[in-house]
Amino acid sequence: MNDFIKKLQAIVGEAFVSAEPEERYLYSMDQGTMPPAAPDAVAMPETADQVAQIVRLANAHKVPLVPMGGGLVLSGLTRALKGGVIVDMKRMDRIIEVNPVSRYAVVEAGVTQGVLKAYLSKHHPGLKHSMPDAPPAATIAGNVCIHGSGHLSVLGGFHSDMLTGLEAVLPTGEIVRTGSCSVSPQWFSRAPLPDLSGLFLGWSGTTGIITKLGIRLFPNYRYNDVLIYVSETADLMPEIISRFTGVQVAEDMTPWMTPKPDWARGFFHINVAFGAHSKKELIFKRNLLQESVRSITDTGAAGFLPIPPVQKSRFMEIPSPDLARFADARKGGGFEYVGAIMAVERFAEAYRRGTEIAEKHHTTYSLGARIIGAGHAMMFFFAYAFNRADAEDVGRAAEALEETNRACLEMGGIPWKAEAPAQKEILKRMDPNTVSFMNRLRDTLDPNRIMNPGNWEV
Amino acid sequence: MEHQEILHRCFRCGYCKFPSNYTDINCPAYLAHRFETFSPGGRMWLLSAWLNNRIGVSQRLGRIMFSCTGCGNCVEHCAMPGFKDQILLAFTAGRDAILESGTVPGPVRDYLTRVQNAGNPYGQSGKKRADWRTGTDAADYSGQEYLFFAGDVGAYDSRGQEIARTAAALLAKAGVDFGVLTDGECSDGNDVAMAGEKALFEELAGKNIKVFIERGVKKIITLSPHSFHAFKNLYPALGGQFQVFHYTQMLAFLLGRLSFKTPVEKTRVTFHDPCFLGRHNADYQSPRTMLAFTPGIELVEMDRNRKNALCCGGGGGNLFTDMISGGDDSPARARCREAAAAGATVLAVACPACAVMLGDAVKTEGLENRLQVREVSELVVERVA
Ligand SMILES: Cc1cc2nc3c(=O)[nH]c(=O)nc-3n(C[C@H](O)[C@H](O)[C@H](O)COP(=O)(O)OP(=O)(O)OC[C@H]3O[C@@H](n4cnc5c(N)ncnc54)[C@H](O)[C@@H]3O)c2cc1C
Ligand code: SF4
Ligand code: SF4
Repeated sequence: MNDFIKKLQAIVGEAFVSAEPEERYLYSMDQGTMPPAAPDAVAMPETADQVAQIVRLANAHKVPLVPMGGGLVLSGLTRALKGGVIVDMKRMDRIIEVNPVSRYAVVEAGVTQGVLKAYLSKHHPGLKHSMPDAPPAATIAGNVCIHGSGHLSVLGGFHSDMLTGLEAVLPTGEIVRTGSCSVSPQWFSRAPLPDLSGLFLGWSGTTGIITKLGIRLFPNYRYNDVLIYVSETADLMPEIISRFTGVQVAEDMTPWMTPKPDWARGFFHINVAFGAHSKKELIFKRNLLQESVRSITDTGAAGFLPIPPVQKSRFMEIPSPDLARFADARKGGGFEYVGAIMAVERFAEAYRRGTEIAEKHHTTYSLGARIIGAGHAMMFFFAYAFNRADAEDVGRAAEALEETNRACLEMGGIPWKAEAPAQKEILKRMDPNTVSFMNRLRDTLDPNRIMNPGNWEV
Repeated sequence: MEHQEILHRCFRCGYCKFPSNYTDINCPAYLAHRFETFSPGGRMWLLSAWLNNRIGVSQRLGRIMFSCTGCGNCVEHCAMPGFKDQILLAFTAGRDAILESGTVPGPVRDYLTRVQNAGNPYGQSGKKRADWRTGTDAADYSGQEYLFFAGDVGAYDSRGQEIARTAAALLAKAGVDFGVLTDGECSDGNDVAMAGEKALFEELAGKNIKVFIERGVKKIITLSPHSFHAFKNLYPALGGQFQVFHYTQMLAFLLGRLSFKTPVEKTRVTFHDPCFLGRHNADYQSPRTMLAFTPGIELVEMDRNRKNALCCGGGGGNLFTDMISGGDDSPARARCREAAAAGATVLAVACPACAVMLGDAVKTEGLENRLQVREVSELVVERVA
C-alpha cells in the first residue's frame, strides 16, 4: 500500500492524499445508520486527467475506488466496503459554462449545489437549477448520480432527467463523453444519440467516475409564492396531487405529515410552490391552483392554510435547513430516511405503513413526499431521527429503516439511493435477466471490479 | 472536556462550511486543506471520536484542531440553533485537551513557548513593546483619557508598527487624548485563549489587568480587533472591567473634526472584515463609516462581506504557526483574488494581522500591480488636508 500511496501522491500532490487514521476514520461512515467501513486512503484529484491516472493506477494494483461528492447520501454509499481509496471529488469545482439561451450549465463533478446557486444568482439572476433540500455541500454530480429530486422536480422530473450529458472516466481509465457533447461542442441534450448516460445513473459509482456534467437550467422567477393545502384524509391525497399537477403551474410539490406538535398529527399538508414573472401572472397561477381543487375544498374535507408572510419565507427557503435540523430532534446528530420512489396512488398506504413501522420501533419520525413530474411518481420519505451517541437508538432507527425498505418493495415501490443491504433486496426482486444484464455490463466496464465494490452485488 | 455533550449532535451537514449565500467555502482551514476532517463538522466528529477512544491523539489531529483560526463562520452559519453557539467553545476546549495530552504540533508548541517566555509570540523583549512609536508624538500613558494598546503585531511586526503609527497619528489629529504604556503590558492573549492554552491566557490577562489597574486605566483603544475581543469579552471574567474601543469605533465618530483634500479621482476600495471585530463582536459598520466619510473613496463590496466575510487565516495563532497559509487556496490568497474580482484596487483592512497575511498573499498571487493592501487609517490620513 505504501508504494501505491506514493504513486497516488505523485498524481494529485502530497497535500491531497491521506492515509492517516483521522481521514480513514472520518471517511469510513456517513451521517446515517450504516456501520463504518474504512478506506485505506483518501485522494482529492483536481482534473479529469488526474482521475484517469488514479483509475489506471487502481486497476494495475486492483485497489477499489469509491467516488464521493458531498458524502451526504445518508445511506452509506460512499463507504469503502472493501477498502481502497475514496476519491473525494470536491476539488474539481469549476463552473465551466452557462448557456443562458439554451438554459444549461456545464460543471465539474465537485461543484456543490450551494456554489452553483450562488453563481447563478450573481451572474445569471434570470436562471436557476433544481436544488435538492440536501445541505448545500452536496454536489451536482452526486445528486444526479442517485436520481435526486428537488425544487423543480414537478416541472422537470428527477435531476437525472435534467442531465444533458456527461464526461466520465471509465473503470479502465478512458475518458468518455455521453450526450450532445460527444459530437458537438455544446451540451444541450442527451437526445438523439444512444443514451449512454444511463450507465452512470443509479449505479452508485460502480460504473465509473463522472468528471463533468451538463444540467438543465430553468427561469428564475421574480415573484414566488407557496400555497399549503391541508387534507384530513390520506385517501384524498392522490386526487389532490393529480389536480394540482394537472394545471401544470407548480414547480415543486411536497406533501408532509408530522406527528408533532399534537395538533398537526393526522393532517396531510401539501406545499405547492410556484413562481411568475409578474404579479398578475402569479395571481393567475394561484387562481388556477385554487380552482383545480375547488370541488374538494367545497366539501370541507380539505382547504388552504392561511400563512402569514413571515412564515411563507421559511417555506420558500432553498435548500430548507429544516430537514438537516431534524437530525437534532433527539439531540443526537442523526437521521436517515428511506426515500421510496413509487406510484402516487400508493400515498395512503405508504403513510399508514410508515406510521405503523415508526411507532412500532419507537423512533422519532417524519413522513413526506416530493412529487415528480406531472404526478408521474413520488419520492415518499420515511425519516427517522436518532441519537448517534446511543447505540440502541441507532439500532432502532436502523431496524425501522430496514423494515421500511421491505414495506416499500411490498407496496410496489423501490427504495431510492438504497443502502447495500437494500440493494440486495431490490436485486432479489428484479427480473433475473435484468440482473444478469447488469452484471455483464459491469464485467465489461470494470473487469477488475474496482469501482465501489460491495454495491449492487448479490 | 467542557462542551463535550454537543459534539455528537453535529450532523456533519456542512452548512457551517459556507457563508449564508453559499458563494464559496468559508471555513478557512477547510478551504486550505479540503479534507472533510478540516471542516467544522469534521472537527466535531474527530474530537468526539478521540474522547471516545475511537482514534488516538496524533500530530495530525493536532494539526486539524489547531488549524482552526477561530473565525466564527461555523458558529454563524451552523444549521442547528440548539448548540451552534457552543461550537467554537468546544474546539477551544478540545485544543486545551490536546495540549494536556502533550501531542502538540511543533509550530503550535513553539508559538506558545515564545509567548510563555517572552510575553509575545515574536519572542522579543517586553521592553521593546512601545518601540513602534519612535518618531511619533504618542505620549507615555500618564492618566490620559485613553490607553492606546498596539497589541503584538502592532508592537513587533514592521508592517504592524507602520499601522500602529498611522492609527495613533490619526487619533491624535482627531483630538483623542491617549497615552501608551512603555512597560508592564504583554500580549492580550486572545489567540492563546483561542488555542486553548487557558492557563497561559489567564497569566497574560492577569498581568495586563494588574498593570492597567495600577496605572488607573479606565478606557482602552485597541489597534487589533483581537485585543479588542479579549479585553471586551474575556477580561471581565478575570476582574478586568474596562471600557474598550477598537480604533475604528473611535474614529468613525471623530472624522467630522478633520478637513479633507478635494479628491482628484475616486479609488475603488473593498473592505475585509476582521473576524474579531465583525463576526465576534458584530461591528461591521465602524470601518465602513470611516471609508464612507473619506472623500475620494468608492466602497465596493466583495461577495463575502460582514458576517459572511472569509477569514484571512491569521487567527488562533495561525499568523505565527503558519498551518494554513501554504497552497493556492490559502484563505489569504483566496481573499485577494476575491478583492480583485470585486474590481477594487485597494483591499482595506482594520487589523494588523490581516494586513500582514493579505499583504503577503497579494505578492504570492502576483497581484501587486492591481491591488494594494492598506489599513483604513492609512487611507484616511493621506486624504486629510
Ligand atoms: C438533510 C438532507 C436533505 C436531503 N434532501 C434531499 C432532497 O431534497 N433531494 C435529494 O435528491 N436528495 C436529498 N438528500 C440526499 C442526498 O444528500 C443528496 O441527494 C445529495 O445531493 C447527494 O449528493 P452528494 O454529493 O452528497 O453525493 P454522495 O453522497 O457523495 O454520493 C452519492 C452516490 O453517488 C456516487 N458519486 C458521487 N459523485 C460521483 C461521481 N463524480 N462519479 C460517480 N459517482 C459519484 C457515490 O459513490 C455515491 O454512490 C438529502 C440529504 C440530507 C442529509
Ligand atoms: S457544526 Fe452545525 S452546520 Fe456544521 S456540520 Fe455540524 S451540525 Fe452541520
Ligand atoms: S472557527 Fe472558522 S476556522 Fe474554525 S472551524 Fe469554524 S469556520 Fe473553520
